[in-house]
Amino acid sequence: MEERSKAIQDRIREKAKELLSKKAVDLIIGFGEWTLPLRTTPIFIRSPEGVDRLIWNSFCENNLATYLHKFSHFKVGIVVKGCDARSITALSLEKRFKPDQLFLMGVPCQRMVDRRRVEKAVKGEILCAHEQGDQIIVEGEDFKKILKRDDFLYPSCQVCTHRTPTQANVLVGDPIEETPLIETHPEVEEFDKKSPEERWKYFEKESSRCIRCYACREACPMCYCAECFVDSSNPNWIGKGPSPSDLEFYHIVRAYHQTGRCSGCGACERACPMEIRLTYLTQKLNWDVKELFNFETGIDAETPPPLSTYETEDRQEFIK
Amino acid sequence: MEDHWEPKILAFLCNWCSYAGADLAGTSRIQYPPNIRVIRVPCSGRINPLFILKALQSGIDGVLVSGCHPGDCHYLSGNYIGRRKSATLKRFLEYLGFEEGRVQFSWVSAAEGGRFSQVVDEVTQDIKKLGPAKRFVKGSVELGVRS
Repeated sequence: MEERSKAIQDRIREKAKELLSKKAVDLIIGFGEWTLPLRTTPIFIRSPEGVDRLIWNSFCENNLATYLHKFSHFKVGIVVKGCDARSITALSLEKRFKPDQLFLMGVPCQRMVDRRRVEKAVKGEILCAHEQGDQIIVEGEDFKKILKRDDFLYPSCQVCTHRTPTQANVLVGDPIEETPLIETHPEVEEFDKKSPEERWKYFEKESSRCIRCYACREACPMCYCAECFVDSSNPNWIGKGPSPSDLEFYHIVRAYHQTGRCSGCGACERACPMEIRLTYLTQKLNWDVKELFNFETGIDAETPPPLSTYETEDRQEFIK
Repeated sequence: MEDHWEPKILAFLCNWCSYAGADLAGTSRIQYPPNIRVIRVPCSGRINPLFILKALQSGIDGVLVSGCHPGDCHYLSGNYIGRRKSATLKRFLEYLGFEEGRVQFSWVSAAEGGRFSQVVDEVTQDIKKLGPAKRFVKGSVELGVRS
């Protein structure tokens, strides 16, 4: 795993250098080293000398497509995983980019490591972490622990079946076999079996922890409305206070607005400082859209988003 | 208190079919339950899911969305677009734990005054069975209706 990441990293740097030297792009968005262990940070590189800051490992969890909204007047080269690329395809369908504005450097993704799971598996503060083969080695002040990498993956990564960004302009690394580690999102399956009362209780409990920081919205590439419904004061859709009902309102609408647009990358859940489970909502919507309209986000750059189109034969057994 | 409870139902009716259907029911002197409050919208495709959620949050016990039959839309495809939104929203709300039947959908044409009264009757019966809305209602925690 580690050698593969190293090879990918070298190729990303090489390609980035080439693009910047030829002035084919104005900037490169990729992942860089950060001060905290188990994490990386998005970096923005404008000169060929800077490409050595680009890295690739199992902690490159952010969805970089989010940052494209800030560079709508630039030609951008971007490092993408399968989920990032699908978000970009979905955004292109919504006419967010000019043709040929983007250059995608696609990395077949090895699935990313869930830092919170790792942090919970050890006692004490992790001061440094690195990968070796199939293991993650975490070290703190008075401990050193070797963990099996595959036991500490994000749930959204475990179920992922689109790890190779086929839409990319260039593939960095060889395509990977698309088999999910687990068949279904464990939470959605469990949740679906509960009674409506229990489901509401669970949702109520999860959303009650929300502190309205909107980190989930900011992390999501699909949340780019010029004015979000929570910020609008006329019409005043939602109260600005901490009323439980308003917290629920926010989470229902944030999720529902992703219908047919969510790539299932899980960036919202990772961004949440309160560790609220959010992907069980968006994942369900993805399944509904697949079942009702046979649509999967970001797979096909031609099919319009499901809620912007229709078939006369759509299901309507629920209508009186 | 419970004995005297009557549900408050909000009906979003499209201007071209269902609203005219309701009008016909009125001019034909057809009786239907007085529990519905009608909001006239240009088209069933105009309905933003936020309308429905805002109504439920404000303490409405049930929502009815009604538009033209498929193929009859004044704007040709508004009700088809609305149908997709309704299908996903209904499923999502029920997945979250809203009772089945809190939000209902129907097609009623301008000539179907009798059918309109029948739909309102059915919806009112359904909502009466479900009882007053407690989940999601703003102020219900503060008032102690839910803990």
